[in-house]
Amino acid sequence: MAENVWILGIHMTNFGKHRDKDILDLGSEAAIGALQDAGVGIKDIGVLGAGNLMGRGGFGQLLQKQIGQTGIPVYNVTNACATGATALRVAIMAVKAGETDMGLAVGVEKLAGAGLLSGNVRAAEGGHWVRDGRYGAVAPLDGRVGTETMPGVFAQIGMEYGHRYGGADFELFAGISEKNHAHSTLNPKAAYQKRFTLDEIMNDMMIAYPNTRPMCSANCDGAAAAVVVSEAKLRTLSLEQQRRAVKISASVLTSDPYQEACQVLPDVNTLTRQAAATAYEQAGIGPEDLDLVELHDCFATAELVHYDNLSLCEPGGAVDFFKSGAPWRDGRTPVNVSGGLQSKGHPISATGIANIWEIATHLRGEAGERQIADAKVGMAHVIGLGSACGVHVLEKSAL
Amino acid sequence: MDRIPLVDYLVLGDDPHLVANECTSCGARYFDRRSACASCGLQDFRTVEIAGTGTLRSFTIVHFAAEGVEVPFVAGLVDCDGTSVRGNVVNVPPDPEHVTLGMKVRLTTVPVGTDEAGVEAVGYGFEPAS
Repeated sequence: MAENVWILGIHMTNFGKHRDKDILDLGSEAAIGALQDAGVGIKDIGVLGAGNLMGRGGFGQLLQKQIGQTGIPVYNVTNACATGATALRVAIMAVKAGETDMGLAVGVEKLAGAGLLSGNVRAAEGGHWVRDGRYGAVAPLDGRVGTETMPGVFAQIGMEYGHRYGGADFELFAGISEKNHAHSTLNPKAAYQKRFTLDEIMNDMMIAYPNTRPMCSANCDGAAAAVVVSEAKLRTLSLEQQRRAVKISASVLTSDPYQEACQVLPDVNTLTRQAAATAYEQAGIGPEDLDLVELHDCFATAELVHYDNLSLCEPGGAVDFFKSGAPWRDGRTPVNVSGGLQSKGHPISATGIANIWEIATHLRGEAGERQIADAKVGMAHVIGLGSACGVHVLEKSAL
Repeated sequence: MDRIPLVDYLVLGDDPHLVANECTSCGARYFDRRSACASCGLQDFRTVEIAGTGTLRSFTIVHFAAEGVEVPFVAGLVDCDGTSVRGNVVNVPPDPEHVTLGMKVRLTTVPVGTDEAGVEAVGYGFEPAS
């Protein structure tokens, strides 16, 4: 059994518009913040996992020019919206493998004003039809054979759950968004901190039914970084560092196994279920032990299916789970007390570390106004279409 | 006038229908060409016809899309006798009063456009079957 790995330091920048900062400024702010939080320096770090999706590549080495070129191995990773979690897992795996006793993971994105993600711009037509790609398509398929936009894809994922189990209507999905926007008012780092009424959410601009604009994740700028450490090394550090350290009880990454319909609608369910099951087993806990959960609410329709996928409710019981009030911050299993991606924002590669920061901050008892009292165990979940799913279970230090 | 299907898996003619590459070992079906079966890994496929009627298992009404895509339109997931198919739901008003989960639909063809040589591209969609 490889030894335990802990989070020693972690930092998240404010999410939102950072007009005067590029990805190196934001990445540096997160990385230096995490090192300071850990009480260590860049020379203590033996591996760097670097995540950035929309940039030109080589982000990790560019970041080193800003924070310290120490010659350590750098792994530049991309894994769609799970990029940050993947970068973190690189650092965790290197420590677990015994290659180093301390690692750094950084995720950053500049996405403010990016607008709708995916969907091809349709070129003016003319000339002759030419068959292209693995479908032999003579014209772009987005809009002609379903939709390739993210709000539309995730709308169908939520609606399919509704078809299977019933009870998931427009108002229910809007209610999930109402919850997350309400939670965001307590999070000073969230890109949007405004509460919306159910009516305001339902009457806002329709993007892809049933997802209106406030039910979609907010494109914004941001970064997050974490320093991870081996348990043996941690025990040589100060009592204060040991007290604030957060145990990584489970760290899991999955890809989507074959399912009948996955070629026409990405299956975000099976890989999440498998990741969660493995994570519960690794951590030796069950969903009833979770004091809070940050899950990947890229759209309100997605949050619903993940209640079920993460076994926060009985199979098929996500609608009742939400209606019971359980995922509100004063409920049985608070979900997305940060405000979630719908209000906190979703700078893609930062997301899979920022959700860890949220959980860690509660476990340390440092979440201020939005602190979940006596939080001891939390789960962070992220999913990138394609697909990749990261699930981490974190535990408060026993000290 | 010459016609060309929007995608290889649409067969035009008197009885337009969809076809798939079916794994001869496990029966998994693919609309695109695959190097090997994503379900079982074997490499032998045969062409099979997909049922032209089905049930709408999920949908969204897209109001906001990439430039040049006409909105609103209904994007759906149709269960065609056990094979899931992606397609637009057409010949129905694009609103949740007229498009409902579980509704019966059938395959139909949809004009895409005509190129400079006079060749018409033809796509497909699903329309209410009632």
